Amino acid sequence: MALLQISEPGQSPQPHQRRQAVGIDLGTTNSLVASVRSGMAETLPDEQGRHLLPSVVHYASQGATCVGNEAAEHNISDPLNTILSVKRLLGRGLEDVKMLGNQLPYDFQTDQGGMPKIATACGLVSPIQVSAEILRKLVSRAEASLDGALDGAVITVPAYFDEAQRQATKDAATLAGVKVLRLLNEPTAAAIAYGLDNEKEGVIAVYDLGGGTFDVSILRLSRGVFEVLATGGDSALGGDDFDHAIAEWLRQQVGMSESLNPTEQRILLETAKAAKEELTDSESVDIEILDWSGVLSRDVMDTLIEDLLNKTIRACRRSLRDAEIAVDKIDTVVLVGGSTRTRRVRDKVTEFFGVEPLTNLDPDRVVALGAALQAEVLIGNKSGDEMLLLDVIPLSLGIETMGGLIEKIIHRNTTIPVAKAQEFTTFKDGQTAMAVHILQGERELVDDCRSLARFELRGIPPMVAGAAKIRVTYQVDADGLLSVTARELTSNVESRIEVKPSYGLDEDEITQMLQDSFSHARDDMQARALREQQVDADRMIQDLLAALKEDGDKLLDTEEIQCLQVAVKELQKIRAETTEHRVLARQVETVGKTSETFAARRMDASIKSALAGHSLDEIEQG
Amino acid sequence: MNFSSDFFAVFAISPSWDVDIDDLGVRYRKLQQEFHPDRYATKSDAEKRLAVQAASFINQAFDTLKSPLKRAQYLLALKGVESEQETHITSDTVFLMRQIELRETLSEISAKEDSWSNIEALRADVESTYYELQAEFKHQYESDLFDDAFNAVAKMQFFTKLLVEIGQLEAELEDA
Repeated sequence: MALLQISEPGQSPQPHQRRQAVGIDLGTTNSLVASVRSGMAETLPDEQGRHLLPSVVHYASQGATCVGNEAAEHNISDPLNTILSVKRLLGRGLEDVKMLGNQLPYDFQTDQGGMPKIATACGLVSPIQVSAEILRKLVSRAEASLDGALDGAVITVPAYFDEAQRQATKDAATLAGVKVLRLLNEPTAAAIAYGLDNEKEGVIAVYDLGGGTFDVSILRLSRGVFEVLATGGDSALGGDDFDHAIAEWLRQQVGMSESLNPTEQRILLETAKAAKEELTDSESVDIEILDWSGVLSRDVMDTLIEDLLNKTIRACRRSLRDAEIAVDKIDTVVLVGGSTRTRRVRDKVTEFFGVEPLTNLDPDRVVALGAALQAEVLIGNKSGDEMLLLDVIPLSLGIETMGGLIEKIIHRNTTIPVAKAQEFTTFKDGQTAMAVHILQGERELVDDCRSLARFELRGIPPMVAGAAKIRVTYQVDADGLLSVTARELTSNVESRIEVKPSYGLDEDEITQMLQDSFSHARDDMQARALREQQVDADRMIQDLLAALKEDGDKLLDTEEIQCLQVAVKELQKIRAETTEHRVLARQVETVGKTSETFAARRMDASIKSALAGHSLDEIEQG
Repeated sequence: MNFSSDFFAVFAISPSWDVDIDDLGVRYRKLQQEFHPDRYATKSDAEKRLAVQAASFINQAFDTLKSPLKRAQYLLALKGVESEQETHITSDTVFLMRQIELRETLSEISAKEDSWSNIEALRADVESTYYELQAEFKHQYESDLFDDAFNAVAKMQFFTKLLVEIGQLEAELEDA
């Protein structure tokens, strides 16, 4: 969406016009949507008053799908068509998925592109489609509750999600028709919820153990700025793994064979999960399964999950080291995620950090609450000068060099956005192309890291080996998404790629899916798209006229001003006449392009005034 | 956007070895308050792109100035001395001997009984040399002895690497 709003940051041109933004926690086990109403963030319930939406989608044979509690009812009766914990599959290749194979009893198949899909009664579905179903459900809940269409959403992701997983989340949002204001790291979201509530200052550790993912983040909070110092974790470790450990113990106790059918697997898992939850409050729990009955004590469960917990503590230690913070410098510890209800988890965290963790916000909801607060700032309802997030990239980004080695270009825990360039050269005489292979991970060898994308820089003029100068630039934006440019400096040949990870969807696929899913509601979509474009156009006209009035004479020459005025007039005309959203969109884009230089000059001018010390002078008093 | 200004000018301070890191942090956050892409989330694509570039530049400037090694390299680069090139310290036999000695100590630690006290002693030793080198750099840089300062930077580079390796070994010991 190209809209040109050149008013001061944080100032809405029409203060009375509130825009609707929500925070969405797209979780492994449960998902939530939250919004800010009269200054307070709150999660939004469904019609039955339930806040948590189980992240479950059921595909029935007649092409009907249902999401949430309704879908979860099919869990045991129809396991192959009831998709749980799909977040664990998001942005994953077939090999990763196979490794989870015995935990998630689905019928995996690959499409022509080699992408993993799940065979259901409704045909093949990708993890991105399943996630989009969940998002759609949350959006319609929000729209019913807020009484109007959404202008944007902040969607949370585990801090330790890699590029492919982030991109897949964004694709799911696109598919669900959600405008993503920002992908926000879950622990950072939790810190916002706590930080703003308690007006904390100092160093915060967030321990976030969800259903399927574990994150730890170390943040410094000062004067409303949340600066993430380091983050770490495991994007495939969570409460689900506790369930599996307990289920495996049960299987052995009951004496069931190792090859279980999907229904038996689900029964064991459900029993394990229920037992785990009961052990939060009681010392032991009686279990009956088939014709077996027995007892699981909390002590036994603690030993079953001990190894998993030690893994999380190791990640905490590594993050402290990366942050260069001693453990006794941690002022506050925050627990996030349903799995932190388990007693042993709390004890272990308290023991390690030596601080009693904060738990006054519901660990299931805190991430959604923080996301809603951030959404409110980003959409511009709140003057934003009180809060800012400076987040980091969780995993290093590198490039393949000779011999299957990786040279890191951006190291993990670098503050984003960030741009880094490195120069390479040709190694053969007359070499005219260079392959760029982009990878993510901490290891030294290409085979041990995740391959994100490959592209070729072609058209290098033939030179002797070592004479060409190829500059490869990595740019990571504030969502943690990467784009890469390669440029041969002596000839200025350039090639660039928005990194679309090998496991994501390509644009055509998204377009196709969007068309498929919206075909039944095409008219609604048309109307909605037109309305959105009209809002954009109005805003652009208003902003541009205001900007011209304020800075036009200072920053533009007569011809440039005239050119912009003509463009605005044309836009006003089309805005008034057309009912075709694409026509309006094109004109909005044209005006956006025409005014790009003006926008750049305004920004330059404002940066110059800041760098001239204008605003720095006030630091001492601030 | 034309970011021809040097990293010090970004923070409205003059190029110098001495940087008050706390004050730099305050200035850094102040700038990001203004130019971070989050401030431009509902703006035009052109403005968003500019904000990403501006914030990236500010991040790079902060990252460079807060690290002693990167700051030293950058100060020399401003004087036209590129520190990426091969160094002259390979002919410094005293330094070479010390390098070998420290590496040996590091590689033998994990086999020893009392690894932790050994590693702490090594860290203290390496850190104190690192601080000495910084003082050396400061003196040479401020006396316009850029070739000598360049040597000091090369040595600092070695000690930074060694500190990273010590950190890795500590992590391994903790996780064991």
